[in-house]
Amino acid sequence: MDRAGLISVIKSKLPDFNPISAAQGFPDEFSIKVSPEAFKDTCLVLHKHLGSPVMMLFALDQRKETGNFVINAVFADFRESRWVIVSMDIRQENPCFETLAKSMHSALLFEREIWEMFGIEPKGSPDLRRLNLHDEVWPRGNYPLRKDFQKMAAGNTGEYNFARVEGEGVFEVPVGPVHAGIIGPGHFRFSVAGEPIINLEARLGFTHRGVEKLFENKSYDQAACLSECVCGDAVFSHSLAFARAIEKISCARIPLQADLLRGIFLELERMHNHVHDIGGIAIDVGFSYPHAYASIIKESLLQLNERLCASRYLKKVNLPGGVLTDMDDEKKELLRVSLKKMKHDFNALVKILYTSVSFMDRVDGTGVLRRKTAEDLGVTGLAGRASGIPEDLRKYFPGVYKEAKFKIAVEGSGDVLARLRIRISEFLESCRLIEEFSAMLVKDSRSKVDLELREGSALGYAEGWRGPVLYWVKTGPGGRLQRCKIVDPSFHNWQGLCFSVLGNIIPDFPLCNKSFDLSYSGNDL
Amino acid sequence: MIHIFKNRVLKGVVTRHIEAGFSGEIISAGAELRSLIRKKFGRSLHIREVDTGSCGGCESEIISANNPVYDLQRFGINFVASPRHADALLVTGPLSKNMLLALKNTYAAMPDPKFVITAGDCALNGGLFKDSYYLAGPVKDILPVALHIPGCPPSPEAIIKTLLAFLRQGSPSR
Repeated sequence: MDRAGLISVIKSKLPDFNPISAAQGFPDEFSIKVSPEAFKDTCLVLHKHLGSPVMMLFALDQRKETGNFVINAVFADFRESRWVIVSMDIRQENPCFETLAKSMHSALLFEREIWEMFGIEPKGSPDLRRLNLHDEVWPRGNYPLRKDFQKMAAGNTGEYNFARVEGEGVFEVPVGPVHAGIIGPGHFRFSVAGEPIINLEARLGFTHRGVEKLFENKSYDQAACLSECVCGDAVFSHSLAFARAIEKISCARIPLQADLLRGIFLELERMHNHVHDIGGIAIDVGFSYPHAYASIIKESLLQLNERLCASRYLKKVNLPGGVLTDMDDEKKELLRVSLKKMKHDFNALVKILYTSVSFMDRVDGTGVLRRKTAEDLGVTGLAGRASGIPEDLRKYFPGVYKEAKFKIAVEGSGDVLARLRIRISEFLESCRLIEEFSAMLVKDSRSKVDLELREGSALGYAEGWRGPVLYWVKTGPGGRLQRCKIVDPSFHNWQGLCFSVLGNIIPDFPLCNKSFDLSYSGNDL
Repeated sequence: MIHIFKNRVLKGVVTRHIEAGFSGEIISAGAELRSLIRKKFGRSLHIREVDTGSCGGCESEIISANNPVYDLQRFGINFVASPRHADALLVTGPLSKNMLLALKNTYAAMPDPKFVITAGDCALNGGLFKDSYYLAGPVKDILPVALHIPGCPPSPEAIIKTLLAFLRQGSPSR
């Protein structure tokens, strides 16, 4: 569908639709600017027509330049391989807008975030509790992402109200923020009647560090370092999404060599995380041998990373403009030999799991997330694919993946087993992709270009191992960052976890949790 | 199902060897670590880990230090589930305001004698996040920190070696 096509679709649903502007800013980005009155209806039409949840919904503070706040909503148009961005201005005198969350659940968390960070009220929202700035330590009226925010002003603190389930025999089990394992902090409030969980509320935000504010006023190379520290197990996908946003703004042409190398590293990151989780799922049902086996495979992958680029977690490999590490024949050979060995080990691991009746019994049918629920919540990435949502950025925005004939893995049942199966097939697919990419590498060719950063904004994205990592970046004069909005797939998927455990028993919660394996730091920012 | 049962019966011995290779140094460092821990802590050192806002990289490496390749446990270092069982508190992350109370409570729940270790560059002084509006300090302003393990994230080798160097100097609390 061409550019006019989408507009005419909206016009057919909304006869009065008259956008302020509509432009194809980049080949994969289509922006529509509408009046505040038309914003909600436009978003709902796009949500229905594209079948996409709201992938990002965020505000920016433009009061100094135009006297307005701006709100952007990003939808994915997979059929056309592009992103559709709807934006509107909000007057600073009375910052509020009509809530989208009542008609589109995936907007709820974003609206809560806009409310706590900017003080722009989503009118009529069913839930205005704060997410990351906890009421106990952060007084009301402090909106840190506003440009004029200097320092926290004293004021009244409050308390968080958990959703209560009441009735005879219902009791609550609070867990966290400090958990038994070596893991990030988060508070989980289970409401239980007898054994089954009837409600789970996750209160997160404990690792909030104000990352988005820290991005502001940074130069792009400083910010690239910061993007590697947003989520420690998805270092490469975060730095890649950020780098792509910067490259789009500066209209740089990235050499094929860099794209191939990025493909290799992205898949290496996917592999070590997937095998870690497969081991984690095994240990969470008390099956320790495959866990130890998987840890060895993970460790060998980390050591392979270190030998390829001197960093176990692929830090300082990616830079806006290209890749700093090149692959010579020796490294290619090392990669080939190691992958062959790992594939062999991995197949043995899978065999151990699949042939254990008690293991399969625990994972089969546990923690089911239905497709309809997943779609409503906007669950993305791996967890979405396990529930039957066939979405993967590597398929719809292929680049080098097209030549490598990427095959998407989709399961339908949405339980722990489905998520395990997705991981297993993606691990093997990653092995194959790396071999393909490494065969396509050309010796001694350029893998980096110099950038000339302009003023502008763009959306960068990468399919990390959990799902799509999105960075919306706006730069100002001199190429300094003015706003960087990050959405890690965990942000959507934590809600999916809370729904998937319903009806299961608390002892199965760690298993369900591990099968999602969501990031605390990527969610809390 | 029959297939699974059949495999179950036919499956032979499935254990395997890890090639020692690089781990020679770890083993010698570990042997010394074990003897020091034996002397100073009466057999074993129990550590409780708390994440105060790290990116997850440090946690990943601490988990790696417990994998079969490094296997900290064989040197007498255990990571425990409750602060009540711990001799030492291992803190990662730049200390988000939201974690201040939880960190203090965790420390208070530990029995004496006890000491605090920090791991990772952000735990030392906030690292990349030190200018953030949401930090409650570096950890050392809140708790008495006896040892810092540098790195972003510190590798399992660095964790083992720093602990060893620290225990060589003298014991923190006994």
